[in-house]
Amino acid sequence: MRVNFTVNGRPQQADDVWEGESLLYVLRERLGLPGSKNACEQGECGSCTVRLDGLPVCACLVAAGQAEGREVVTVEGLAEHARRRAAGAGTPPEPAGTSLDEARRWTAAPDGTRAAALSPVQQAFVDAGAVQCGFCTPGLLVAADELIERNPEPSDADIREALSGNLCRCTGYETILDAVRLAAARAGEAGPR
Amino acid sequence: MSTAHTPAGLARTAHGGVGESAPRPDGTLKVTGEFAYASDLWHEDMLWGFTLRSPHAHARIISADVSGALATPGVYAVLTHDDLPAATRYGLEIQDTPVLADGVVRYHGEPVALVAADHPETARRAAARIRITYEELPVVGDEESATAPGAPLLHPARDDHHAAHVPHPNIVHRQPVVRGDVAAARARADVVVSGDYEVGMQDQAFLGPESGLAVPAGDGGVDLFIATQWLHADLRQIAPVLGLPEDKVRMTLSGVGGAFGGREDLSMQAHACLLALRTGRPVKMVYNRFESFFGHVHRHPARLHYEHGASSDGRLLFVKARIVLDGGAYASSSPAVVGNAASLAVGPYVVGDVDVEALALYTNNPPCGAMRGFGAVQACFAYEAQMDRLAERLGLDPVEFRQRNAMEQGAVMPTGQVVDAPAPVAELLRRVKARPLPPERPWDTAGGAPDVRALPGGLSNTTHGEGVVRGVGYAVGIKNVGFSEGFDDYSTARVRLEAVAGQPVATVHTAMAEVGQGGVTVHAQIARTELGVTRVVLQPADTRVGSAGSTSASRQTYVTGGAVRHACQEVRERVLALGRARFGAHHPAWERAVLVLEGGKVATEAGEVLAALADVLEDEVIDVEREWRHRPTEPFDLRTGQGNGHVQYSFAAHRAVVDVDTGLGLVKVVELACAQDVGKAVNPLAVTGQIQGGTVQGLGLAVMEEIVVAADGRVRNPSFTDYLIPTILDTPAIPVDILELADEHAPYGLRGAGEAPTLSATPAVVAAIRAATGIALARVPVRPEHLTGT
Ligand code: FES
Ligand code: FES
Repeated sequence: MRVNFTVNGRPQQADDVWEGESLLYVLRERLGLPGSKNACEQGECGSCTVRLDGLPVCACLVAAGQAEGREVVTVEGLAEHARRRAAGAGTPPEPAGTSLDEARRWTAAPDGTRAAALSPVQQAFVDAGAVQCGFCTPGLLVAADELIERNPEPSDADIREALSGNLCRCTGYETILDAVRLAAARAGEAGPR
Repeated sequence: MSTAHTPAGLARTAHGGVGESAPRPDGTLKVTGEFAYASDLWHEDMLWGFTLRSPHAHARIISADVSGALATPGVYAVLTHDDLPAATRYGLEIQDTPVLADGVVRYHGEPVALVAADHPETARRAAARIRITYEELPVVGDEESATAPGAPLLHPARDDHHAAHVPHPNIVHRQPVVRGDVAAARARADVVVSGDYEVGMQDQAFLGPESGLAVPAGDGGVDLFIATQWLHADLRQIAPVLGLPEDKVRMTLSGVGGAFGGREDLSMQAHACLLALRTGRPVKMVYNRFESFFGHVHRHPARLHYEHGASSDGRLLFVKARIVLDGGAYASSSPAVVGNAASLAVGPYVVGDVDVEALALYTNNPPCGAMRGFGAVQACFAYEAQMDRLAERLGLDPVEFRQRNAMEQGAVMPTGQVVDAPAPVAELLRRVKARPLPPERPWDTAGGAPDVRALPGGLSNTTHGEGVVRGVGYAVGIKNVGFSEGFDDYSTARVRLEAVAGQPVATVHTAMAEVGQGGVTVHAQIARTELGVTRVVLQPADTRVGSAGSTSASRQTYVTGGAVRHACQEVRERVLALGRARFGAHHPAWERAVLVLEGGKVATEAGEVLAALADVLEDEVIDVEREWRHRPTEPFDLRTGQGNGHVQYSFAAHRAVVDVDTGLGLVKVVELACAQDVGKAVNPLAVTGQIQGGTVQGLGLAVMEEIVVAADGRVRNPSFTDYLIPTILDTPAIPVDILELADEHAPYGLRGAGEAPTLSATPAVVAAIRAATGIALARVPVRPEHLTGT
């Protein structure tokens, strides 16, 4: 079957999708957007968290066909999403994210020299040392960004509740809490959105 | 001489050196989703590999019919044992693991056949069409069934070097440690306590599933991109399986989503290469979570019997211990795990008379091998429980009792080895104890309804605080750093220094597996410190450079960090020689003064700048490859366990505070404070993260993590639905107190840090639960039914 949907502000089309394919598989293997991670494919770890029409979901549990006509934001589009949010509602959606062609040409950039514009929550994860192996990171970032959008001053209990569907095996979560607190504090300093 | 300080008068421009919390070089890629994990690799025309696994724990394969699978449209290859081109077995220490089942399957989930197809689902469905007829065999599941007369032998023809020394062929390895006279000490003891303990089978449960991409090359060789812990050990094992010389198997590390020991053994390395060579197409394999639980070794479950004696004034007199580890179907690293369990069985305490025996069994349970803590975890759970019981019998505070017996520098281990570096065991305990306790009844809100999120059971709203009791518990542990028992534990680093656009740039190339631990950050820090440069480029880890050894045993910062420093020091000597040749005639300081590299300059220690590095280098490229080894160790005597078997020890202590709902048996860990000596915090942020992560793995073992294996050898819970790892809601605040007492034998005085916190976290949590409930818990993980008596 064919699935038409919007990913990170850019209309996308996936062809020859099998009935059983998940949104996660289509993003990773057909659209060349491997940022959303495949750690359990069972809805238990949150590594594949994306936003579907604004709501955080486990992309591994969403059948690709369910995304028809809807809007998806992945970790690859998080910086752009945050930029548009900061610019205020009403901004016409600009094409954003990675095109299929660009994504296909994507390779590892091991030296990490690429200067990327990071969203506040991405920057906070780097600064707080919340990234070790980083496999949980994309899902956590999407979930944390959504939390701060919804609740700009989350308590620790709020943060724990919002991130309770995202497993991390490396960090012990302390630095993740630090990162979300930091991102929220910086957003607060930047004034009301 | 060290350049780790800034000479007077010379501004430090090279930020991010040793001792600073430099950010990860791969951090930006990881937060933007661009970091290439092994499961993200993609190749034009690639096929997908899938593994068919045994549904039985022990069975003979009567027949295999792959025709249905081969006939499936989209399938390019199906391989069984009969299709293997060369060596059919591999192994880290003992080559006893079949590449594909060799007529017998010895554990549930053992690989039996491989399929390559054009879609992962096609490969899965084709594998389901393979018809294997099995004849089930009796299952060996524990010590009794493994060593009973007439027990089926797992490896009847074994001829490894342990075979001659073990009391039974179903015992992989056995190591006694005997010192002094336990019988005499027992006669003197005022108090003797004995106990039986059990540790369940824990899984590494790294998040990034086993993955790799094998690409056949024009020269008949293969390029393998893989998530692993030790490229060169993989290479040594897979080249014979492929029937290729090692130089035709080129391995590159691709992004690794955690490891914790679970990637030390081969998983799909040989499988993916075999499929690629057979089909002539790139083959990608990605285990799903279910497969991942079958695809790697686990932590050895253990049964431990301990007997301790002490004098009435609170001195430990003797320890007698027997530690039985279940190694499962294949040896993996069981022999080394046995050595650790035996030599560290007494813990960080001074005891004169010791009689310890540790052994690992061959059974039809899942194979067990390396996991963070490596044999020391199981022992620590038991000896720390014993310490609490002794303290109670003696009427002493548990911390006070431990401190009275704590080892310090100069102590003699039960192996006879003298601890020749700081061993601040009593101080670590003092620090966690001195910390203020967290507030009681954290769920109480000012006058309102309780915040159920702070209660055991959390949002499930199972209690409002009635029946909730608090407990506090302590534990401390000792772990060896690096590979022990005479292993040639070396690493290789290549460092290049050149001027690029007028700026000095260092390039570091090692084969170290970055699995999340932050080794890449540390390498950049070392190069900046030693060479006084800002820009450091890290080459991807691959087999074009010499072995770095394994990313395990808390050894990489020590050993590969040591190799990077060693290579940098040689680079520095060459730069200075170059400088002397170029400028020495103009300034006597080049010959006479002690020179340092700092801020991109060559300067005297007094701070006089002699030249810019770039001017010294001009077009010269200095390129050095060096191996580096820590002090040698020696094997333990096979009868007495005596020997200088370890190179360094690391220590951590925990205090756990728990709230327990006694009605429902639910535990909420409120705080888990850690104090650890790291010798030198090369990167304080990173080492804190390691300690917190290790602590939570210990918490997981204490209250939730266990692979459940039924009596028939079948794994009951191979999924994240049923194998529980701590979420952010299960995890408390983890304050960390870092000591830096330098070990003069180690680079920068550092001490391997990653594993020690995993040891003591588990017994501390269990001690706190015992303190809260009064129940004598002797098994981990502690389950609700252990607390409610149902
Ligand atoms: S991969 Fe989707 S929740 Fe784990
Ligand atoms: S950083 Fe490795 S799983 Fe979170």
